[in-house]
Amino acid sequence: MTKTMEAHQVESPLARFSDAELEQLAKEFDAIHDEVYDDLGEDDARYIRGVIEFHRRLVVLSRLVLMASRYKPAWVLGTAGLSVAKILENMEIGHNVMHGQWDWMNDPDINSQTWDWDTASPASAWRHSHNYVHHTFTNIRGKDKDLGYEIMRIDPHQPWHPVYLLQPFYNVVLMLFFEWGVALHDLDFDAIRSGEKPLKQVRDELREIATKGVRQALKDYVFFPALSGREWKKTLYANFTANLIRNVWSNAIIFCGHFPDQTYTFTEEETADESRGGWYVRQLTGAANIEGGPLFHVMSGNLGYQVEHHLYPDMPSSRYGQIAPKVRKICEKWGLPYNTGPLRKQWGTVQRTILRLAFPGGRERPKPGAWKEPERQPEPHPRRNGDVDRSTAEGALTPFP
Amino acid sequence: MVERGAPPQVSPIRKRLLKSARGLTTPLVPDDYIALMNPMWSTKELRGRIERIQPETPEASTIVIKPAFEWPGHEPGQYLRIGVEIDGRRHWRAYSLTSDPDHPEGLLSITVKHVPEGQMSPHFTRRIEPGAMVFLGGVEGTFGLPDPLPDKLLMISAGSGITPIMSMLRELERRDALADVVHVHSERRPESVIFADLLNGMAERHPGYVRHEHFTESRERLGAAAICELCDDWDERYTLASGPSELLDAITTHWEERGDPERLDMERFQPRIGEGADGAGGTVRFRVTGIEARCDTGVPILAGGEEAGAELQHGCRMGICHTCVGKLAEGRVRDLRTGEVHGEQGEMIRICINAPEGHVEVEL
Repeated sequence: MTKTMEAHQVESPLARFSDAELEQLAKEFDAIHDEVYDDLGEDDARYIRGVIEFHRRLVVLSRLVLMASRYKPAWVLGTAGLSVAKILENMEIGHNVMHGQWDWMNDPDINSQTWDWDTASPASAWRHSHNYVHHTFTNIRGKDKDLGYEIMRIDPHQPWHPVYLLQPFYNVVLMLFFEWGVALHDLDFDAIRSGEKPLKQVRDELREIATKGVRQALKDYVFFPALSGREWKKTLYANFTANLIRNVWSNAIIFCGHFPDQTYTFTEEETADESRGGWYVRQLTGAANIEGGPLFHVMSGNLGYQVEHHLYPDMPSSRYGQIAPKVRKICEKWGLPYNTGPLRKQWGTVQRTILRLAFPGGRERPKPGAWKEPERQPEPHPRRNGDVDRSTAEGALTPFP
Repeated sequence: MVERGAPPQVSPIRKRLLKSARGLTTPLVPDDYIALMNPMWSTKELRGRIERIQPETPEASTIVIKPAFEWPGHEPGQYLRIGVEIDGRRHWRAYSLTSDPDHPEGLLSITVKHVPEGQMSPHFTRRIEPGAMVFLGGVEGTFGLPDPLPDKLLMISAGSGITPIMSMLRELERRDALADVVHVHSERRPESVIFADLLNGMAERHPGYVRHEHFTESRERLGAAAICELCDDWDERYTLASGPSELLDAITTHWEERGDPERLDMERFQPRIGEGADGAGGTVRFRVTGIEARCDTGVPILAGGEEAGAELQHGCRMGICHTCVGKLAEGRVRDLRTGEVHGEQGEMIRICINAPEGHVEVEL
C-alpha cells in the first residue's frame, strides 16, 4: 500500500481461469459449504438462541436502568447497554437471520421470512435490495446498487459529477443516520425511475417504511422517555445516542466490507454467462475482511468475515471463523487474493477513497495479489489446529470436525 | 415460510394487554420477553408438555400431552399437526388424535407406531421424555362421526389406522352411544393390537359394541368379502374405515358396486389435490426477485414460479407442511383442493395448493 499503480486498469482475477479450472474451484468451495451444512445441529441452535436471549435480557436491563437516567452513571450504563443490544440485534442476529442462515432450524421465530429488526428499514424491502440484488450482483458496476448506494462515487470507474463534491459531507450524515439511509436505499430509486418497480409496490413500501419508522420513533422517543417521568429528556437523549452509536458502528463495518482498496469491481460484460466458479471468484475478490478478536466478530455480526459471508451468505455466521483457514488455503492454492486487514486500515482506506473520489479522476488502488499464508513463528506449545493463525482462530465459537 | 403452532385460546383481557404493550417492544412482541421467563407462557403459538408416555404394544406408544393453554377441542377422527425439535431442527408430522375430545383434565394424546427408518416416530417411541416441549399445530381432517349419529355403525380399521377410530369410540362411550357398533380390526398378530385392553374393556361394558379381530399372520389380508361375512348387515350401517390404501380401495369398490358409497367415510392420511374447480389461472409476480410467472388452469403458484425460474422453498407440495407459505401482497387465489377462491392482502398462503385467480403478487 505504498505506491499508486500507474495502470488505470487492474487485471481482473476472473480472466485468468479456464472454464475447467473454475469448475474445479466451484467444487472446492461447495465442499466447504456442504461440510458445514451436514454438521449443523443442536450446538448451532443453542448458539443463536443464546445470543437472542442475551440481547433480550440486555434490552430489558438497559431500559430499566434508563428509567433512572437522571443519574449520570445510570445514563451512561443504560446507554452503553442499549447500544450494545441494538448492535447485536442488527448485526449478529437481524442481518444473519434475515439472510436465512438459521432457516435450517425450521423455527418460525428465527426465520428469514418472519424476522424484523430493530432499525428503520422494513424487513421485506431489505431482503430484496440486500439479499437479492447486492448478494447476487456483488460489485458489478451498474448492477450492484450497494456500490456507493446510488449517492456516492466509491469506484474510479463511476463517472464524476459535481454533486460528488459534497460526498465528504453527506458521508458523515449517512454515518450518523445510517438506518434511515438503508431504509430509503431499499426503495431502489433506479428501479423506480426506470419503471422496473410498479408504482403500487413503491406505495406499499413507502407505507411500510412510514409505519415502521413511526413505531421505532414512538418507542425510543416517546414511550420509553415517558416512563422516566419528569426527566424524560435524559432518556430521550440516551436512546438517541444508542441509535447513533449503532448507526456509526454498522456503517463502519458495512463500508469496510466492499470499499477498502483491496477489493475488485467488475463490468457487466465480464460477468455475463458467469459460471458458479466465476461467481465464487467475484464474491471472494469483491469483499474484504476485518481482523479482530471473538468479541469484535460477534459485535460486527461476523462481517469481519465478509469474504466468507459473501461466499456463503446462508451459512450460520458462527461458522465463518472455522472455515476461514480452508478458504485461505484455496486462495493460496489458486493464487487468489484473500482481502483482510485491521479495522483502522480498512476503514482508513475507505474514507480516503470517499474523499479522493469526490473530485474528478482517480485511479484504481493497487491490489494485494495472491494470498500467502504468513509464516508461523515457532511456538513452544503445539497447537491443535495446525495452520490456523491467531487472528482467525479466535473467531471459532464451536468446534469444527 | 415455516410452519408454526396454532394460535392458543387467550382471554380477551390478556390479548388486549399484550397488544397495548407492543409499542414498547416493537419490532418484537411482549411474548418474546415473557418467553424468557417461561416459554410455555408465550401466546405466539400453542405449545404443550409431554405428561406421560404409555407403551401400548412393543412398537407403539401413546404420548399424553398437556397443552399450555386450554385445548379448543377437536372432532373425534381428526388429526393434529405436532412439531418437535430434533438436533436443532423442528420437524412436523400429522398424527390422529386418540384422546377423548372432552378429556376431563384437558389432556390430549396421539399414538405413534415405531417406524425404524422414520425420523419422528422413533423420537416419540424411543427418545422423548416426559417434560419435553412440543408444538401443537392445526387440527385438521374431515373423517369423523356423522351428525346426527346413525343408529348402526360399522368401523373398519387396520394396524395404526385404529387411532382415529379410538377417539371416536371414546366419544361414543362418553355419550353412551355404543348401542350398535360393529368393529372389524385387522392386525398382523394379537400382541400388536394397539389399545387391546381398552377395547376389550369397552366391549365388556357395552354389549352393543362388538369386536372382530382379523390376524394376517395366519390368514390372508382383510378384504371386503371377509368384512361382509363378519358383519352381514353391513349395508344397513354407516361405515367408517381407516387403514392402508389397498384396503380402502377394496372397500370403496365394494360399496360402489353393492352398497351406498354416500354412507361410507374413510381416512386416507393423504389429501388429494385437484378435486375442486380449477379456475382460469393467472399471472404471479414474486416481489423479492421480481420474477413474473404464468400459471395455466390448475397450476399452483409454486409450479408456475419454478417453471419461470424462481427458486422457491417447498416441502410436501400438497398443502400439509406450510414450508412454501408466502405473504399475498395483491390479488386473490384459488385453493386447488376445494376450488374455493380466497385471499386478502397480507394473508399467508400456501403456494403449492393455490393458483392465481387473475394477477397476484407474493412476497417471495
